[in-house]
Amino acid sequence: MNLSFDAADLAFRDEVREFFRDGIPENWRLRVQAGLRLDPAELIEYQRRLHARGWAAPTWPKEYGGTGWTPTQQYIFWSEASEAGAPPQFHQGLELIGPIIFTYGNAAQKERYLPGILTCDDWWCQGYSEPGAGSDLAALRTRAVRDGDDYVVNGQKMWTSYAHVASHVFLLARTSLEEKRQQGISLILAPMDTPGFRVAKIPTMDEKYHTNELFLDDARIPTANLVGEEGKGWGYGKVLLDRERMVTASTAIFLKQTVWAVREAARARRVGTRALIDTPDFAAQLAQFEIEVIALQTMVLRLITDAAGGVDSGPRGSMVKLRWSSLYQRGMLLWLEALGPEMAHFCAEDDATLPPDMPAVMQGMLYSRVTSIYGGSSEIQHNIVARRALGL
Amino acid sequence: MDFTYSDEQQMLRDSVDRFGAERWNPAKRVRLLESGDAAQRWREMAELGWLMLPIAEADGGLGGGAIEVMAVAEGFGRHLIVDPWVTSCVLVPALLAGGGDAAGAVLAAIAAGEAKAAAGLIEPHMGYDIAEVALRAEQGPDGWRLTGEKLHVEDGADADWFVVSARTAGTPGERDGIGLFLLPRDAAGLTVERFRAVDHHRHARLRLDGVTGATAVGPVDHALPVIEAAVDRAIAAHLAEAVGSMEAATAATLDHLRTRQQFGVAIGTFQVLQHRMVDMTIACEEARAMAAYATLHLDAAPAERIRAVAAGKTRVGDCGLHVGQEAIQLHGGVGFSDELIVSHHFKRQLMLDQAHGPRHHHRNRFAAAA
Repeated sequence: MNLSFDAADLAFRDEVREFFRDGIPENWRLRVQAGLRLDPAELIEYQRRLHARGWAAPTWPKEYGGTGWTPTQQYIFWSEASEAGAPPQFHQGLELIGPIIFTYGNAAQKERYLPGILTCDDWWCQGYSEPGAGSDLAALRTRAVRDGDDYVVNGQKMWTSYAHVASHVFLLARTSLEEKRQQGISLILAPMDTPGFRVAKIPTMDEKYHTNELFLDDARIPTANLVGEEGKGWGYGKVLLDRERMVTASTAIFLKQTVWAVREAARARRVGTRALIDTPDFAAQLAQFEIEVIALQTMVLRLITDAAGGVDSGPRGSMVKLRWSSLYQRGMLLWLEALGPEMAHFCAEDDATLPPDMPAVMQGMLYSRVTSIYGGSSEIQHNIVARRALGL
Repeated sequence: MDFTYSDEQQMLRDSVDRFGAERWNPAKRVRLLESGDAAQRWREMAELGWLMLPIAEADGGLGGGAIEVMAVAEGFGRHLIVDPWVTSCVLVPALLAGGGDAAGAVLAAIAAGEAKAAAGLIEPHMGYDIAEVALRAEQGPDGWRLTGEKLHVEDGADADWFVVSARTAGTPGERDGIGLFLLPRDAAGLTVERFRAVDHHRHARLRLDGVTGATAVGPVDHALPVIEAAVDRAIAAHLAEAVGSMEAATAATLDHLRTRQQFGVAIGTFQVLQHRMVDMTIACEEARAMAAYATLHLDAAPAERIRAVAAGKTRVGDCGLHVGQEAIQLHGGVGFSDELIVSHHFKRQLMLDQAHGPRHHHRNRFAAAA
């Protein structure tokens, strides 16, 4: 048992540190610390810089343009990115559809789509959820009916994040009606400019634009865009389960940024003659938060060493997701409390000046509420652990 | 990076598990505690080599490291073995290491299973701050004379030797001017008051009224860093113990949820109970990660070690109490009974959280070291 890296890992760490040393613009910092996604243009720029360095896809195998890094190297990469104030990469293409394409897609699909994900020339969004079919995907109703060389697709998707930016969507649609609800669902790729697609903004409580409804009205998509076999789309989601462990793990590594941000804010804020951080109650709350973040980081380290050793970590990814979302929510609330009365100053009017943390901290705090809902709600994660780890 | 036990460490862990299963079967536990064959058990542990394991080779031990201690302590927790191994074989040897001939002789006796020792570090009105030492040690014509009180000596009831901190200079709270002294149980002027805790560990309070016959151990006046490092080692062992106990309580609860029927079905089919069971399982995962984290930082620079151990103590305490309380709740009425092992695990969690300072003490320690 040890927590140290070998010489090759240390050399790699230095190389990554060097890359991040002067690469992160100052105006990203607060938003990144608040756990907010950067603007699409910024994320594209970030991805292109990583691509130029050969690091576009840390978790992909080399043959598809990935780095082929070991889990330990991935951990080092994310830790260094976190330390440097860099954001996590945008993962819809990289982690959600890319791996499915290189695992189940045909040669033409791999050739067409994988490079665009690496360079960010293509931006993917996920067409899974529907009204009435959120965590219970088997309830989805969007239909894809074969007509010659096309599917004619009708239905409605919900919570389609970044559909307004995306060039492509990967859709789950029902291609036949089966007894078992999971069967008869197919995975289909489509450009966003397909006639019959209509994107409508869903306003969210954080006043940031991320997500949409996507209406599909007699949209014709070539059958060549089917991934793998017709009716087996549900099963392809399983490859995601394994990969999502690493997505969650990487996200959890960035939680340290919230600790630093809260500490910085609490040092800056004065209460009477002393800094907020020197008041026993706030100091204790921050210490408790940081301690729990350390615990989560160490859980992530164990997950990663399991992955490196080829050990099935079971539903530990679900455990990390549960703990991460709850800690992120607590951290953001703590940061907001550190702002004190100025937390009410969300948006400046006239010539007023905002507190330096605003509006990122408030938006981050509001956004944090969705993290225990998306990607399988906390309740669903509990069910997964109960079933997979405890056999209940 | 590696979070697994080596083959040898795993064998050690297995040997504690075998011992625990044979000697500390939950069904026999209450009877065992009443039978009072602690001396026999201690001899068996000596034969198994556990007593000498953490003691430095120079002091007659095996020089086992922090991970070996973790492997053993985990088993002590899983089976709720009450013998004072962490105190006598982890804490005291860390205090006495390199402390001169008298200390070496006591360590050799501990290693051989011929003596037990305990550490008096906590005084009235000091909380858990081990620099708040008021007990005085003064040089007299017949050697050191010690006067004062140690409010609580963890596992001290059956100790043959005590190691106590005493102030040789300065005032309580100052880091300098603290020394360590070794004294036998029958030292003139020493009164030992004995107590049993709810987890069946046996503790003591010491009153020292001009005690003579104590031997100074190590650097008089500058013992605080040694004491802090030694206590952190004991805490790390306790964290492993807490994890073993937590996992055992969780396993017992899962078993209960699968078998106990209500309304015609196993209660484990109720989602609200499943989710609580999952949270207990996650608490175990977190605690295991934290115990390893603290243990793996024991040899780091002091500030780093203090933060890691204090973080571990805080979080494992949170998780342990949560698991202990939930184990009882999910068992329902029978969980409250003395017959079921979960109530014993809860009591041990309660005492482990308190030993060497509860969560809030270590949270403050963590914050102060930032």
